Amino acid sequence: MSNELIRLKDCFMAFDDQVVLNSINLYIKDREFLTLLGPSGCGKTTTLRIIGGFQKPTSGSVFFDGVRINDVPPHKRRINTVFQKYALFSHMNVFENVAFGLRIAKLPKAEIKRRVTETLKLVNLPGFEKRSVNSLSGGQQQRIAIARAIVNRPQVLLLDEPLGALDLKLRKEMQIELKKIQQQVGITFVYVTHDQEEALTMSDTIVVMNQGNIQQIGTPTDIYNEPKNAFVASFIGESNIIDGIMNEDYMVTFAGHTFRCLDSGFAQNELVDVVVRPEDLHICAPEEGHIRGVVESIVFKGVHYEMIVRTPAFPFLVQSTLHRAVGQEIGLSLTPDDIHIMRKPKQKDAQAAPLPDAQAADA
Amino acid sequence: MNKKGLSTPYVIWMAIFVVAPLILVVVYAFTSKSGGFTFENFSGMLQYAGIFSNSFLLAIIATAICLAIGYPLSYFLAKESATIRKVAMIFIMLPMWMNFLLRTYAWMSILEDTGLFNRLLALLGLPTLHIINTNAAVVIGMVYNFLPFMILPIFSVIEKIDRSVIEAAQDLGANSVMVFKRVIFPLSLPGVLSGITMVFIPAVSTFVISKLLGGGMTWLLGDLIENQFLGNVYNPHLGSAISLVMMIIVMICMAVMNRFGEGEEGAVVL
Ligand SMILES: Nc1ncnc2c1ncn2[C@@H]1O[C@H](COP(=O)(O)OP(=O)(O)O)[C@@H](O)[C@H]1O
Ligand SMILES: [Mg+2]
Repeated sequence: MSNELIRLKDCFMAFDDQVVLNSINLYIKDREFLTLLGPSGCGKTTTLRIIGGFQKPTSGSVFFDGVRINDVPPHKRRINTVFQKYALFSHMNVFENVAFGLRIAKLPKAEIKRRVTETLKLVNLPGFEKRSVNSLSGGQQQRIAIARAIVNRPQVLLLDEPLGALDLKLRKEMQIELKKIQQQVGITFVYVTHDQEEALTMSDTIVVMNQGNIQQIGTPTDIYNEPKNAFVASFIGESNIIDGIMNEDYMVTFAGHTFRCLDSGFAQNELVDVVVRPEDLHICAPEEGHIRGVVESIVFKGVHYEMIVRTPAFPFLVQSTLHRAVGQEIGLSLTPDDIHIMRKPKQKDAQAAPLPDAQAADA
Repeated sequence: MNKKGLSTPYVIWMAIFVVAPLILVVVYAFTSKSGGFTFENFSGMLQYAGIFSNSFLLAIIATAICLAIGYPLSYFLAKESATIRKVAMIFIMLPMWMNFLLRTYAWMSILEDTGLFNRLLALLGLPTLHIINTNAAVVIGMVYNFLPFMILPIFSVIEKIDRSVIEAAQDLGANSVMVFKRVIFPLSLPGVLSGITMVFIPAVSTFVISKLLGGGMTWLLGDLIENQFLGNVYNPHLGSAISLVMMIIVMICMAVMNRFGEGEEGAVVL
């Protein structure tokens, strides 16, 4: 915890009567790449704006390096932002855009020139100084927005869906480039996205949010392999989420079969959500599997086939390198560690319950 | 192709109502009463230098006052909620729904020696002022009549400045003074330039305001030109020449100003 840089403590945010953030607790370590991930409208931008100082939480505190900064205006924070729509200064050329913060800081002319040139090289746009920002493509504007922020050498860079407006190919390239830049300059990135794949490939830590609540905090592997609840499981990658009954510790029944599993601590016969990843279902002969089903459809996805396997209880999504014809009866088998048991959310205000141990990532 | 077709009526309109009169003005300016080609209309104009300079001076003062009132007003108004903005705009536009002459007559009775303004001063125990029939009254009339033309373009550019651009400047360390100086003002320049244009041109060529509020004491270019066409001297050739010279001076002013605002988005009207 010694290298904790930012902490949000019980940050609550409401606009009029609408609760947007429900007592967020979160800390961000120095030099980490932390991603806020969640569906649109879940409060990611609001969280970022609270860190940047553009919005004050209705209640709760924001700490930076151990100091409460709720009342520090944005221009006095050592934090820079890459805005969702870039927000470049259209009345200035590329050089002046990037130099903006340095000029405000009244750095010597030669130093400004040196740093702007150096930073434009870093974002792969050397020699663009004299260009008008309006003449640049989306990807180039994006890089200027990044250059304009990192040239100031902030301790933290906030990025709000910076790749959202780019096409897929460019987005992939920029993901790699951003990660490279983060490692080169060695600063903390707080990154907002609704794209789970982007979050999984770039982050050190992912914070999954839904409806103003943090659902889970963890490394990409943690979040993917050990989703804490059905929301996280369904949001991170595709999943089969099936109703099950926890017979006793390490025993769960779903899809007409009782499985051994690795989970305990549930009430006897408690109703649970069972999460099974499509790539964890193994195809075998009908009589050898735990579950029997009929292949309803099959699509080739490049690396694997994706099938819908109809069983009496549930249509399973299965990913496999094996090909099975439509209409064929097959068996599906599972090992205990492929089965993830989640507590059912309480029927009323299912999403509103704050998770007590929000910072599991650090364990 | 389609687009070309659609612009035809506009082109015809322009030809009849803009280009043709302009040609007429040029032809008249370079001909004498007998119809022959001449420069006389221009060489005789020097005697009116005083009127020229007075017109431009009053128009510049009125434009400057409009800018001094209009810019801060637009700036602070743009920060208000949508409802307040709408209501304020209605009040700013309201006087324009009244007849121009009527408005100006109203100012006559306000500024008279025994008018509303002086009675107010007297009520406060202050000495009364002689305003009516002075240049000051003319400037007040110009400002009152043309202020909306300054506010509207400035307000609409400031209102359109993206909130996130302002936040970006704050994010990069700019306090509110610097945000204004380096971002808001430069981005609002196109509005300022069109506001200046839209106030200065009618102000420099007005004749009603100077007649009613200036009491005919000081002649402006508008009065001079009007007199050549509708007045007792009747000399449309000289009137055309004066109009032409005024037009050229105004165009030079605008060109210089546009150069000054060059590099900004969306160059100014004209
Ligand atoms: N200034 C505001 N006034 C009112 N509601 C807002 C404001 N900003 C955000 N919201 C609401 O807060 C919720 C969360 O918004 P946001 O943080 O932008 O979500 P995200 O970035 O995850 O899509 C949304 O329902 C949005 O409508
Ligand atoms: Mg957002």
